[in-house]
Amino acid sequence: MLTSFDKALLNIVQTDLPLSKRPFADLAVRLNAEEATVLERLRYLKDNGYIRRIGPFFDSSKLGYIGTLVAVKVEPEKLAQVAQFINRYPGVTHNYEREGEFNLWFALLTPDLFVQEQTLASIGQQPGVQRLINLPATKKYKVSVQFTLE
Amino acid sequence: MLDSLDKKIIAAMQDEFPLTEEPYRVLADSLQISENELLDRLQKYRKNGQMRKLGAVLRHREVGYAANALCAWIIPLDRQEEIGKVMFNHPAVTHCYGRIAPLDWPYNFYTMIHAHNRETCCDIAAELSQSANIPEYIMLFSTKEWKKTSMRYFQEDK
Repeated sequence: MLTSFDKALLNIVQTDLPLSKRPFADLAVRLNAEEATVLERLRYLKDNGYIRRIGPFFDSSKLGYIGTLVAVKVEPEKLAQVAQFINRYPGVTHNYEREGEFNLWFALLTPDLFVQEQTLASIGQQPGVQRLINLPATKKYKVSVQFTLE
Repeated sequence: MLDSLDKKIIAAMQDEFPLTEEPYRVLADSLQISENELLDRLQKYRKNGQMRKLGAVLRHREVGYAANALCAWIIPLDRQEEIGKVMFNHPAVTHCYGRIAPLDWPYNFYTMIHAHNRETCCDIAAELSQSANIPEYIMLFSTKEWKKTSMRYFQEDK
């Protein structure tokens, strides 16, 4: 279970980890705690799966990568096989089975359009894939995965 | 533009962040640069928007946000900016994009909604449909997570 201290820590550390020589000491001041306590709780929260990752999150388009969302309609009995094939691409960051006509949805980042086209062509040729649609973004309005814990 | 040291830094920082008193010094040592140089570069990425955040991303199921729905909307393109603002302002919306859609799949606007349960996701979508005045949408609930990971940039340059 998360303590109220853990929740306060997670609420802060989700938004900004200081860019300073002792970032955890700075967090500790804001939380009215010791640096050692902050570090100990963060290790606990990481080891126990509450925190997926700590670090910088980059804007992929500003690093020159091209992203897209892809919907795939797969025969149900081939779904696991196709999902695993898709997972092998390092640029696939999210891959979810979903309800509806298109039962597999994945997000793909590639260094250029050529790699994207090649990747989608080979996924489209996998046995069981009935249809694949590419839904490239025209504009990004929000990417902010922040959860307020109360 | 990014130079080769930028790419090295960005690639290295996809690995585990050191949970120690001086994490940037540890990272700088492994990159064989000074701590100040690393901090300066990170400040620069933050300032120019290349880095959208530095911090923790939680596992939403573990912290109680068990349901997530990809919500696909059919919107008139001339209202996209206004609708984008409404979506942006809702805290349950974590991702929001306008997209090019094929003719027979006319959903051209996508939002991710995270909530504690499925009913709340549906309520939030209904609320957004009302406030943004977009009657046509579908909710695509996830039934299985096959992959969820952070992108590892510039691995080829590492």
